[in-house]
Amino acid sequence: MITLTVNGRVHRVDADPRTPLLYVLRGDLALNGAKFGCGLGQCGACTVVVDGKAVFSCLTPISVLEGRAVTTVEGLGTADDPGPLQRAFIAEQAAQCGYCIAGMVMRAHALLLKSPSPSETEIREQFAANLCRCGTHMRILAAVRRAAAEGRQASR
Amino acid sequence: MGRRLALILIGIVVLLAIAGVAAAWHPAIQPVAPPPPSSFDKKLVARGEFLARVGDCLTCHTAEGGRAFAGGLPLATPFGTIYGSNITPDPETGIGAWSEAAFRRAMRDGIDRGGRDLYPVFPYEHFAKLADEDVAALYAYMMTREPVRRATPPNQLPFPYDVRPLLAGWKLLFLDRRPVAHDASRSDEWNRGAYLTEALAHCGACHTPRNRLGAEEAASRHFAGGEAEGWWAPPLDASSPAPMPWSERTMVDYLRSWEPLHGGAAGPMAEVVDNLAHGVPEADIQAIATYVAPFMPPDSPDRAERTQAIAARTEPPGAPQPAGAVVYAGACAVCHESGGAVPYTVRSLAQHTTMVAPDPRNLLHVVLDGTHPPEGASGPIMPSFRDMLTEQQVADLVVYLRARFSDAPPWTDAPAIVHRLYSGRSGS
Repeated sequence: MITLTVNGRVHRVDADPRTPLLYVLRGDLALNGAKFGCGLGQCGACTVVVDGKAVFSCLTPISVLEGRAVTTVEGLGTADDPGPLQRAFIAEQAAQCGYCIAGMVMRAHALLLKSPSPSETEIREQFAANLCRCGTHMRILAAVRRAAAEGRQASR
Repeated sequence: MGRRLALILIGIVVLLAIAGVAAAWHPAIQPVAPPPPSSFDKKLVARGEFLARVGDCLTCHTAEGGRAFAGGLPLATPFGTIYGSNITPDPETGIGAWSEAAFRRAMRDGIDRGGRDLYPVFPYEHFAKLADEDVAALYAYMMTREPVRRATPPNQLPFPYDVRPLLAGWKLLFLDRRPVAHDASRSDEWNRGAYLTEALAHCGACHTPRNRLGAEEAASRHFAGGEAEGWWAPPLDASSPAPMPWSERTMVDYLRSWEPLHGGAAGPMAEVVDNLAHGVPEADIQAIATYVAPFMPPDSPDRAERTQAIAARTEPPGAPQPAGAVVYAGACAVCHESGGAVPYTVRSLAQHTTMVAPDPRNLLHVVLDGTHPPEGASGPIMPSFRDMLTEQQVADLVVYLRARFSDAPPWTDAPAIVHRLYSGRSGS
């Protein structure tokens, strides 16, 4: 039995400790935001946040997560009540098929935690690990800039 | 009597001091107006570009994210930090006011235009062996680069290392200006490789151990292993501990991009490979391999068997290492146990020379920071695991990898090195 803290809630999961987090999120916890894209840490569709840092959940065995805080896109808001980052992505219509987008949102979340006013270079470097097959990159970048600007507004 | 002796001794000391100062004093060479790029013959510039690629000038003379050749890269040495200088043709902050004679003196004698001795982290003991026409070609290439105005930061060297005239003494001891000896009993290709390697590529600057005064150890210790920028540079000589054999062919493939027995270059060596990939003909890389490969130990069936046996293991012999085993199974195995199916992975981590290194630095750099090819190039893409794993989990993993994928003794200093490298940089 492994204890996982996801979006502030404690879960006890009966899974092999080697199981990557992605499969536990989707199979055991019904948190289907994170997606399987490649299973190799090469596409970013599985990106979640652990202790404030973006990681590939397809490569994170749950054994390493005891006592650490996992945040998924479901922890940032709901469809009825989206959080500020999700609202920025919606406002910029950053999703087309939606497959990459949960990973993109979590990558943005980790970036803004570390760097609330990121430069364009910083944003692009941060997102290098996340692929989008539909090509909505420009909108995703706009959403991140928007969220950063609105974050600065909110903190005034 | 005693007073006379004392006066004579003082006189000798004064004379020695004057001689020392005389040896260490070099005149400034008059500045020139920057020669217009069009004044250089295009073929000479092209030759200079080829030489600069083999010599890897770009890597030390460019800051991370900085403009080409504009300097600013900090190089950590046991004596302090030295910054790569701006060698663009900017007249004030670069070498734009340097005549060819000044450039030649820097390359051969390690003296800048103003007469200051240069630190041998700039490997002039190698460049001293360049042919005159090659120095001229390099000058033509450098003077036709884009000038960038960027002052080089001052070095951070404690006393007495900041006393440049002492370098004159260093040069007396260690600067061998003799050209690379031509060996008539060897092929033209070998001789060409010897020249390119020793006069230009300066492989020994990283791959040869250095003595207490920072000079490469000579003769029998040539290519016996060294380090560069916090990475271990493995031996290229008979003491090579590589689990997989090296040959001219595998060395050419490795230097070109990637090789299925050994993998690809990471860290500072990846920059060398990137330089060689631009405008260096295969024949020249072949020549370098023809010269360097014979230093390596001959292939032995014993070694091949040993490596195969280690690769066939599914766990470390002896104590089980459960913490590291679980991390490997969940985080690493999906790519590294694919039997080489995932592009740019070798069949078993047991093949990597990193596993038999004297310390875990190289392995930790790769685990903590990952690898990625230069923009636009194809190559291994490995994620960084610094953010996914805690410091303890990284240490457990590294201990496991060493135990499972090698028969070398456990790293005794692993926790300290993990601690230093883990807290070195933060990820995202």
